[in-house]
Amino acid sequence: MNSYKLPLTKTEKIIRKYKRARRNRRAKFLGTMINPSRFHKSQIKFFMLLVPFLVVTLLPLIYIFSHAFKPLSELYAYPPRIFASRLTLDNFENLFLAASQTGVSFGRYFFNSLISSASVIGLSMLIGSLAAFSFSFLKYKIKNTLFLLNQIAIMIVPLAVAVPRFIVMSNLGITNSMLAHIIPLLAMPVGVFLVKQFMDQVPRELYEASIIDGANKWQIYWRVVLPLVKPALATVAILAFQNSWNNMETSELYIKQEALRTLPFYFSTLTYNTSSIAAQGMSAAASLIMFVPNILLFIILQNSVMNTMAHSGIK
Amino acid sequence: MNKSNTMVNLKPKQFKWNSSYLFVMPYLLVFFTLVVLLIVISILLSLTYYDTINFPTWVGLENYVAIFTQDNDFMQYALPNTLKYALIIGPGSYGLSFFMAWVLAQLTHRVRTIVAIILYSPSLTNGVLMAVIWRVLFSGDSRGYLNYLLLSLGFINEPVQWLQNSQMIFGIMIFVGIWSSMSVGFLAMMSGILNINKDLYEAAYVDGMKSRWQEIFYITIPSMKPQMLFGAVMAIVGTFNAAGLASALSGSIPPPQFAGWLIVDHMADYGFARYEMGYASALSVLLLLLVFSFNKLATKLFSEKG
Repeated sequence: MNSYKLPLTKTEKIIRKYKRARRNRRAKFLGTMINPSRFHKSQIKFFMLLVPFLVVTLLPLIYIFSHAFKPLSELYAYPPRIFASRLTLDNFENLFLAASQTGVSFGRYFFNSLISSASVIGLSMLIGSLAAFSFSFLKYKIKNTLFLLNQIAIMIVPLAVAVPRFIVMSNLGITNSMLAHIIPLLAMPVGVFLVKQFMDQVPRELYEASIIDGANKWQIYWRVVLPLVKPALATVAILAFQNSWNNMETSELYIKQEALRTLPFYFSTLTYNTSSIAAQGMSAAASLIMFVPNILLFIILQNSVMNTMAHSGIK
Repeated sequence: MNKSNTMVNLKPKQFKWNSSYLFVMPYLLVFFTLVVLLIVISILLSLTYYDTINFPTWVGLENYVAIFTQDNDFMQYALPNTLKYALIIGPGSYGLSFFMAWVLAQLTHRVRTIVAIILYSPSLTNGVLMAVIWRVLFSGDSRGYLNYLLLSLGFINEPVQWLQNSQMIFGIMIFVGIWSSMSVGFLAMMSGILNINKDLYEAAYVDGMKSRWQEIFYITIPSMKPQMLFGAVMAIVGTFNAAGLASALSGSIPPPQFAGWLIVDHMADYGFARYEMGYASALSVLLLLLVFSFNKLATKLFSEKG
């Protein structure tokens, strides 16, 4: 537009100089910024830093994978090697055969684990999100006290209350049934907390508009709010699955019939009591079977988890 | 009608049924029976003698007195081990989690996701089943992976009995603890760092901030205090998941010279092996007090008001 230039005043010159300096400083700064959008050579030092940690983290996991597929003759080979020369499914076969020796088939343990994990995921998501909805949207007395209590409960180490849990469980009348696998894991203070924090981000106008449109609380919960907090629910699902799939306490303490026990317990008896070479291979195969569903679920849902964690702060 | 609405606040408060309670009811039911009730029972039982067969008899503070005056295993091993373990693993894993979260935040999205999944994966393993793996990696003969590696590199001349020496067992526990320390708290801190408004950094640099250290201490940490606190709470809770690890590693209960024998192990031993539920409850109350005081400290450090 301006084809001619006015001579600059002294003030303008200083301002220009300042702006240029600021621009340069910012340009320099942008290269080292958090959450970059592309690779830059300044990131190499971080990769160098990460490599030793990644190796230490991955080695035991790689070991499980390779050990699970190693033939028996190589499990105790000297020198020990990480990767097998030949892959077999012998260890898995042994694992399934050993199960039938106890009179209960592998499938039964697996089925029990599957049913209890699925129930824990479904029910804890439902119960937790209902509570979180009430904490976030509804008004009632003692709400704040309850939420505070829930926050304190996050800090409780489940192992520390194993003794009273044993007493309560024995008196609830649910021992020796599938309910013993499900009910103790339904109270997830962390889950309720995360979902509530996520729901707090949902605009209040949405709730009010839905009320005006004639929706009741249950409809708002189910149709409006729940679809918006899917990431948080996915996180709860992962945590619930992890608790339930790895849970050994129930089978150990509250269940006496072998046919109602779950995979982790069966695996632990298998690998704990025997010290034969075959047991080593079987235990690696067992660890693999326990680990893979966890990591798969996490990989599928990791985006939701990160999304939820952004709102995870305790104030 | 409108008038009565304004009057409500002046009336003495009384319980009014409201369908909102139905939402929270199912959760409260499990929460109270399986969380709150457990703590109440813990405290009550800790004041009794209870062998699971006869009705508990009241003994007052006797259990606590016994723990501190007669229980040598507790005073010599369980308590110091727990404190030592918590003081090393707590700050160690927490600091490492934050550091890793910060490093990962400097990388691009795709790389970050992959690395985060790898770092988080130990948290997804089953502790007890993993102990079998550690037992092989740290096996005491020359076939153990670590021994073989050190032997072939010439650092040691004969295999080290990693799992029979109390010092070594404790060291391995620390290693395993650090190995699995990238938990939910780590993910929370990473999201926290990524969520910080970039303008803040920009403004600070324009105002003359020079180094990344200044960036971390003046911008990053103050902007994500809530996530820092969440991470701290998760680190403290995670610290106590090492129960039973020492026994599983050494293959004997208790492990040699009570190495890595934690309060939780001591409690499980009294509760489920000797059926002294009252005594075990007293131990669990002490443990809960310990956990709460650690958490109190964390809250003090990172609460919004602080």
